[in-house]
Amino acid sequence: MLYSEKVMDHFKNPRNVGIIEDADGVGEVGNAKCGDIMKIYLKIENDIITDVKFNTFGCGSAIASSSMATELIMGKPLSQALELTNKAVAEALDGLPAHKLHCSVLAEEAIKSAIKDYYDKNGIEYDKELFREVSCEHCH
Amino acid sequence: MTVYADNAATTKTSKTAVAAMVDCMEKYWGNPSSLHTVGQEAAEVLADARERAAKILGCEAREIYFTSGGSEADNQAIISAATIGERKGKKHIISTSIEHHAVLHTLKRLEKKGFEITLLPVGVDGIVSAEQVENALREDTCLVTIMYANNEIGSIQPIAEIGEVCKNHGVLFHTDAVQAAGHVHIDVKEQNIDMLSLAAHKFHGPRGVGLLYAKKTIPLTNIIDGGAQERGKRAGTENMPAIVGMIAALEEAVSNLDKNSAYVSALRDRLIEGLSKIPHSALNGDRNKRLPGNVSFCFEGIEGESLLLLLDEKGIYASSGSACTSGSLDPSHVLLAIGRPHEVAHGSLRLSICEENTREEIDYIIENVPKVVDYLRQMSPLWHDLEEGKKNHVI
Repeated sequence: MLYSEKVMDHFKNPRNVGIIEDADGVGEVGNAKCGDIMKIYLKIENDIITDVKFNTFGCGSAIASSSMATELIMGKPLSQALELTNKAVAEALDGLPAHKLHCSVLAEEAIKSAIKDYYDKNGIEYDKELFREVSCEHCH
Repeated sequence: MTVYADNAATTKTSKTAVAAMVDCMEKYWGNPSSLHTVGQEAAEVLADARERAAKILGCEAREIYFTSGGSEADNQAIISAATIGERKGKKHIISTSIEHHAVLHTLKRLEKKGFEITLLPVGVDGIVSAEQVENALREDTCLVTIMYANNEIGSIQPIAEIGEVCKNHGVLFHTDAVQAAGHVHIDVKEQNIDMLSLAAHKFHGPRGVGLLYAKKTIPLTNIIDGGAQERGKRAGTENMPAIVGMIAALEEAVSNLDKNSAYVSALRDRLIEGLSKIPHSALNGDRNKRLPGNVSFCFEGIEGESLLLLLDEKGIYASSGSACTSGSLDPSHVLLAIGRPHEVAHGSLRLSICEENTREEIDYIIENVPKVVDYLRQMSPLWHDLEEGKKNHVI
């Protein structure tokens, strides 16, 4: 099979799908032309992620990566969520095919983008180094 | 319920074909190049298969070359025409932007060797006109290669008209008929086709075998060198069980062609009608000039691979031209060529049916595709942007 059982589980039964109307931070990465867009909504209290939801336009691994990433940061302090790497997302899914690794990169970037949005909205100072320029590596 | 709706990828091998193959393996296992009786018995079976293929296509037996499939036949046809052209200083080839990669990549290779390639654009219907071909012809054109019917969107080209144009201008005409053979009427003489490729597994024959028809006046260039098989033009001991299975399947398909075509077209039309009710969907390819079994749609706001995986869950086996399923970065070149923007082409679904599908199966597809499309749209930020007017609907 193309995907691990874990990828298929998170694809078929995605966790935390939806929209948070009064989100404290929203991040959207990817673009329609490339075929994947991820949008992450965060509720944050005292620097803790109290709720997270996602919407994704994309392939099976994009949906599974979004689902897994939201699970990994739910209830975590922002400092920990910022440390989430695409590698950790891919490993938690028992691996992704090589040509699908960019999906886990998008998940990492979507979360960072949502946290950055929260910082920006609230005038919170942050280390700009933490937020790499959002790249869509597979696009051209 | 399970519904196999990916017949354009491959078809189920027919019982007739399997029986012919088993019979060939059990009784005619000799090497047809051997001089002794065991070999000569196999040679007779091979000659008989060639005769039968010729009869179906309307050519002579010596104009049939068995190959490993459609891709090899396409490669050999194009390379042969290019070799002939080059000798005469003719290094221009005309094709279309929606060909199979077996054709496009071969042409790309020739381009690197100094050939000029004109890829004719197609209309939104996925069809090129004979007039376009005629206008593109030059003094140095050595080949026109245009597929009979498209594998993704099913559009059928005006092959006889193009054949006539080529004949009138003395230019070789090759057609990749992989999707058409066994599904539409083909007569190479009547349609002025100089070379034609087909593959057995698209009409219930085995995978890994096909043939090239090449007019007897065309000297072919070898792709595989070695022994003197296939009149010295394709070395290697013939894959006899596959060849025999292919011919059995082709005869069966051609003898039932009218009946199957009517039945499958009706199912196709029912399926098109059912899926057209999905909002912001669009049929790809011409509504009428299309293969009996081809249904191709784009659905806005979703991506094809996730659609396929969810349909698979429901037992519906289909295909898509999205980037994620094509293994490349871009969605299908065919969908882009008919004017679908990238984001729409990503949401494509191809359902290719055959005479073994039932009306119940078609209704099962019609019942389930809208559900899956709606489910994916509900979690798609692109769809929400479209619905909220932040982005404009394209289809």
